[in-house]
Amino acid sequence: MAQTSTPSDMTDENKPIIEIRNFDFAYGDAQALFDINMDIREKEVTSFIGPSGCGKSTFLRCFNRMNDLIDIANIKGGEIKISDINIYDKEVDVIELRKHVGMVFQKSNPFPKSIYDNIAYGLRIQGIKQKSVLDGVVEECLRGAALWDEVKDRLNESALGMSGGQQQRLCIARALAVKPKILLMDEPCSALDPIATAKVEELIHQLKKQYTIIIVTHSMQQAARVSDKTAFFYLGKLIEFGKTDDIFMNPTDPQTEAYISGRFG
Amino acid sequence: MSEKPATNIFSKKPSRQALFETCVSTFFRLATYLVIIAAGYLFVNIAYNGSKAVFTTKAPFINIDFLTQKPQTLHVYEPKEVTTEQQKINAEILSTKAKRNALGSGEKAQRAEYEAHIESLEERYDILDEQRVEGRLMFSDSEYRQLDETPSEELFKYSNYAYSGGGIGPAIIGTCLLVTGSIAIALTLGVLCAVYLSEYSQPGKMLQLIRLSIMNLSGVPSIVFGLFGFGMFVLFFGWGVSMIAGWFTLAIMALPIIITASEESMRAIPKGFREGSLALGASKWTSIRTNVLPYALPGILTSSIMGIARVAGETAPIMFTAAFALRDQLPWEGLKEPTDFFFQGVMALPYHIYVVSAKIPQNEYTRNMQYGAAFVFLFIVGFFALSSIILRVKIRKKYKW
Repeated sequence: MAQTSTPSDMTDENKPIIEIRNFDFAYGDAQALFDINMDIREKEVTSFIGPSGCGKSTFLRCFNRMNDLIDIANIKGGEIKISDINIYDKEVDVIELRKHVGMVFQKSNPFPKSIYDNIAYGLRIQGIKQKSVLDGVVEECLRGAALWDEVKDRLNESALGMSGGQQQRLCIARALAVKPKILLMDEPCSALDPIATAKVEELIHQLKKQYTIIIVTHSMQQAARVSDKTAFFYLGKLIEFGKTDDIFMNPTDPQTEAYISGRFG
Repeated sequence: MSEKPATNIFSKKPSRQALFETCVSTFFRLATYLVIIAAGYLFVNIAYNGSKAVFTTKAPFINIDFLTQKPQTLHVYEPKEVTTEQQKINAEILSTKAKRNALGSGEKAQRAEYEAHIESLEERYDILDEQRVEGRLMFSDSEYRQLDETPSEELFKYSNYAYSGGGIGPAIIGTCLLVTGSIAIALTLGVLCAVYLSEYSQPGKMLQLIRLSIMNLSGVPSIVFGLFGFGMFVLFFGWGVSMIAGWFTLAIMALPIIITASEESMRAIPKGFREGSLALGASKWTSIRTNVLPYALPGILTSSIMGIARVAGETAPIMFTAAFALRDQLPWEGLKEPTDFFFQGVMALPYHIYVVSAKIPQNEYTRNMQYGAAFVFLFIVGFFALSSIILRVKIRKKYKW
């Protein structure tokens, strides 16, 4: 509360990088998200909290159009604008969008390749093959994900030999390799022990300097620790959205208060 | 501490339940042993009989002629002296047997005498038979034609046997060509199909129907595929009895297995691999190519092993479409144009075994041929299967998750 001059406060004045307007989303006939309005600002960490099935993961997957993979998913109304472009516009190339909006999944999913190949994957599929370039990016990303010192001697070993926390950080590093502006994290720590979780959270703190991060989490403590803004979802609706401190200290909505004080959810 | 040892509450008590359990497990065990014995007998029998044709006692210990030559008529000269005596003995055995059978049940002494006589005659016959085998001269067609002088008719009894000389070279080559070509076609088509079904198609009634019909296709008897291939490729496409018609007929036969197994192995790839690469900006095809197909490859190869096993052994589908009973030229001989290579019939081992077992009079010389061909055939199928198993193991080591 005392740090009134943090960059996140300054950027409040800026134009938001993601604007969500009247967004409605449904799986077939079952509507999953109702009329969401939200602004997400650059280089902030925004966390989505709420009970299971409230639509927060679905919403997160709308930002890089991962929901396109589900046949029955459809946008019933509204729009999501990233840097002023409606990402559901027909002109938008999903591939370019996904390079711009990286994602880390709940279950860490390193490919069964070497650590090096995992990081280089995103560049290789773009046709970048020069070893010097790849070497540079691999080191940069592993350093960025605070993993370099742990794995620099075994870059050519299988990524599956790493611990769970290392695997998840590898997935973060892999996402960084394609130079996204926005990083989506879908419960990145749900399968990790407290120490690994602490490392990932520390990493999020560092990444915030360069990336806009949206994180879905089930742990309210985690939301409180890592995020600048918090959004509380319930039954597909955005109940409350604001500065994390405000949400946790002075929630305006009684449902939010009930949830964060542990009375349901 | 009490002096009496505590009674074991878990001690075994004889009961009907326990007896029943023992019976059941014994039953399963016996069934398994029966299968193993049957399979073992089959292999040993074929290997034993076949090795007579395939191996020789002299270096290089492998009968190269048998593996490389064309099937030929066998010309046999047997020492007349021996064969005439054998004939006499044979007649005597028959007449003695007839006398023995005419005896009443009371004349035990007389019966025993006849039996002993028959036995001694049979022993003599066997000794003569060894002499006959030692003394006989055998010539394959090509050797026969080069003889300056045939052995004298007075000393030797001459006979000839179709398909019993020479070797099975063209049939080995033909089988390898048929298997390679049909598996190449079936794997290409099958994997394309499986990729579409598992990655691109929309789930629903239609997809289930397609899957069901593909699975049903694998239950169709092979002769039906043969007739289909004959009608479709040989007659309608006008390819004639040709290797390419055989390739496609066999490929269609192997397709259901390959599609089903490949699709299963692709669907078994964790969703995270696809999502992970899509989220990094991979296109759908890139994601499949780099993150699904390599990991599904062991499963696809397994399916190709099953496909080879099904395709290589079939006689019926190639009977009408690709196989010749006898062909003078090897596939690459006498081609007017390079494309003729595909439009020629070939000899194939399963069809050859069928021909020498069912289409010609049986005797000791054809028997050698049948088992020799069967042995080589088993070896070739085993070789194809083994090489894809090795490939699969290698790939699985590389892409393990």
